[in-house]
Amino acid sequence: MLYGYAGRVLHVDLTTGKTHVEPLNEDYAKKYIGGIGLGIRLWLDHSKPGVDPFSPENPLILTTGPISGSVWPTGGNGHAFVAKSPQSYGVGEAKSHGSFGTELKRAGYDAVIFRGKAEKPVYVWIDDDSVQILDAAHLMGKSPADTEETIRDELGDYYVRVAAIGPAGEKLVRIACIINDKSRAAGRTGLGAVMGSKNLKAIAVRGTRDIPVAKPDKFMEYVKEFHERMKGPAAQKYRTLGTPENVLVHNSLSCMPTRNYNNSRFEGAEKVSGESLNERFVAKIIGCSSCAMRCEHICVVGEGPYKGTMQRMEYETLWAMGPYCGIDRLDAIIKGMDLCNYYGIDAISAGVIVGFAMDCYENGILTQKDLGEIDARFGNHEALIQLIEKIGKREGIGDTLAEGVKIAGEKIGNGAEKLGQHIKGVEVTGYDLRCLKTAALGFAVSFRGADHNRHGAYAFDVKGKVNRLVAEKGRGKMVKDMEDIYTLIDSFIVCKFSRGTYYKELEDMTKLYNLVTGIEIAPEELKRSGERINNVARLFNIREGLGRKDDALPYKVMHMPIPDEGPSKGAYVTQEELDLLLDDYYMARGWTREGIPTVEKLKELGMNDLIPIVEGKTKAEE
Amino acid sequence: MVKIHERKFVSADPEKCVGCQCCEYICSMTKGKSFNPLKSRIRVVRINQLINLAVTCRLCEDPPCVAACPRDALTQSEETGIITVDKDKCNGCGWCIEACDYGAIMLHPEDKVVYVCDLCKEQGEPQCVKWCPEEALELVTSDVLAQKARITAVKKLFQEAIKETKK
Repeated sequence: MLYGYAGRVLHVDLTTGKTHVEPLNEDYAKKYIGGIGLGIRLWLDHSKPGVDPFSPENPLILTTGPISGSVWPTGGNGHAFVAKSPQSYGVGEAKSHGSFGTELKRAGYDAVIFRGKAEKPVYVWIDDDSVQILDAAHLMGKSPADTEETIRDELGDYYVRVAAIGPAGEKLVRIACIINDKSRAAGRTGLGAVMGSKNLKAIAVRGTRDIPVAKPDKFMEYVKEFHERMKGPAAQKYRTLGTPENVLVHNSLSCMPTRNYNNSRFEGAEKVSGESLNERFVAKIIGCSSCAMRCEHICVVGEGPYKGTMQRMEYETLWAMGPYCGIDRLDAIIKGMDLCNYYGIDAISAGVIVGFAMDCYENGILTQKDLGEIDARFGNHEALIQLIEKIGKREGIGDTLAEGVKIAGEKIGNGAEKLGQHIKGVEVTGYDLRCLKTAALGFAVSFRGADHNRHGAYAFDVKGKVNRLVAEKGRGKMVKDMEDIYTLIDSFIVCKFSRGTYYKELEDMTKLYNLVTGIEIAPEELKRSGERINNVARLFNIREGLGRKDDALPYKVMHMPIPDEGPSKGAYVTQEELDLLLDDYYMARGWTREGIPTVEKLKELGMNDLIPIVEGKTKAEE
Repeated sequence: MVKIHERKFVSADPEKCVGCQCCEYICSMTKGKSFNPLKSRIRVVRINQLINLAVTCRLCEDPPCVAACPRDALTQSEETGIITVDKDKCNGCGWCIEACDYGAIMLHPEDKVVYVCDLCKEQGEPQCVKWCPEEALELVTSDVLAQKARITAVKKLFQEAIKETKK
């Protein structure tokens, strides 16, 4: 077997309670690497087209990457989940770091495939070769953190690592996430609800195997070099203010969606800035297992109504529960984060849903009575807390909001459909796409719906490398190239915060891949793997019925010009601009005008086995 | 004449340690050419996100692990204080593990004898100290530790006065 891989895939059938181990397909390992690449490829093998996300037939796939289990900074500790998303009905994927992935690798698995549905709530206990399905009745209703503590106590081993869902996942809240190490989430696309639909409360792992690498001495030299790089400028942002630094940057560019996209800048930005957060709340900056970067800003609220709350904060979650809801109180935002982790919901989506509900309220679409007497004005921090509670419990209006802004907007009607800002059913993130047009393309084509982490294309706009207010040819290739790197990052599973430390990007990644796996390949070949993974994700979406029509932008991005004075005033994206960008992107990808990978492209990428997915679809068009 | 303690051991600074476990990975690589925190001689404890500390052998002056061993498998070097395990004598009974207040001596998962930090005798210096990204680990004598604690305490006590003198 290859270095970097355990060489084994664990199958857990929750319906029958049977488990078995199969060897990892080496061809898949080489072509799809690990993480989301391997997960998506395995998902296609183990599902039927059109499967309902909450059906027992929607497999939930947990993967590690070739780097997992080593001391590679940011990479030793990652894991990924893949399934059909109950939000987008296409690719659901989310990564997390901490100390869960490294443990799973030491237990001897590159992937675990959960199928079926347990009759009663269970948790799966993976103790090296021993796999048991145990009763979880006593864990129901518990937060992921409490679940982790309880399982560790009852198994009697401090080194047991746990990934769990909270009460929201149990209740199939569509934005439910899967949390490990108490505050690390595989957050987006609602995979916690898929786990809940299987009656699977938690996965506990302990592994004792050694993790060798192909070239240990050279590998350690390279680790040392990266430790040094991580002390340098490429990681400075994460070590100092952290991602909340973005608040003032985005605000000054007028590209921070505020009050459910009614504005692009926030008058209260100073109060919720990274500077303010660090000065008033950050108690310690910690790191994941095996990492030499320090990013996790642990915040403690020392006074006021939310006194005693301790949570990690990042820009996206701070933005969603702050500016996006018009809220300028950091203590309330930290409390909101705490509640999201308690219920086990994606805090980005949670904030965007609350912002949506507030917009509905201010427009008279939802009344105070509808909201259970909550005065959901923009800026009311108490309403934020109350609405998150309701979503987490699916209580009252929370039952509707728990469906996400797309479905909730359709259910509420009366124009609420237009107030829900999402792409493919997944809530937007903290970049105003009206005035960041490279990012707009990246978001539109992202295979997991609205997301900045599938491409990082905002960097071209924010750093002024292109005219961010213009849609023009050439952006397609820029987005494609970034996407191909980003799928590699998520398949090796290294952390995106470390991407700047790969000074020569692809060359550095290739060297790492070579030292770990012993596979000698050229950087171009690795890049093709990145491209292949984007194509396999597209095939997933096409098989499930998604296409060009779904590569869309939120309603307000295309219909409501930015009203605020400043550099972005009047900006929005027209249908013509979106079409131009999509045509340019599909061409750069070698796909048809409908965004379908051609047979030639699939052959070129060595994906002949997946040609049946596009057969008939590309011909009709040509 | 009073002799100052010269024995050095690896100590973690709770202010600096962030619980990243790099030391565990480095230790297992140094000793066994592969990564496995379960074979590390230094272990990180994370009580919650704010409370992290790496713990390893403190080279006690009167080591209870040595005293507890009924088979005389453990000996302590008078010069360095390092505990040596005679693998032929050790039968893995675990009395030393019970005796150690720090959880610093452990049963090796494969060798079935106990193992403990030896300050990387072969490498010349403890590799965890060399690699710790936070520089939270130090090879120190108990005397130096006490000196540092005193200086920190006094600085804290007189922080206002120190600010004044800087002006």
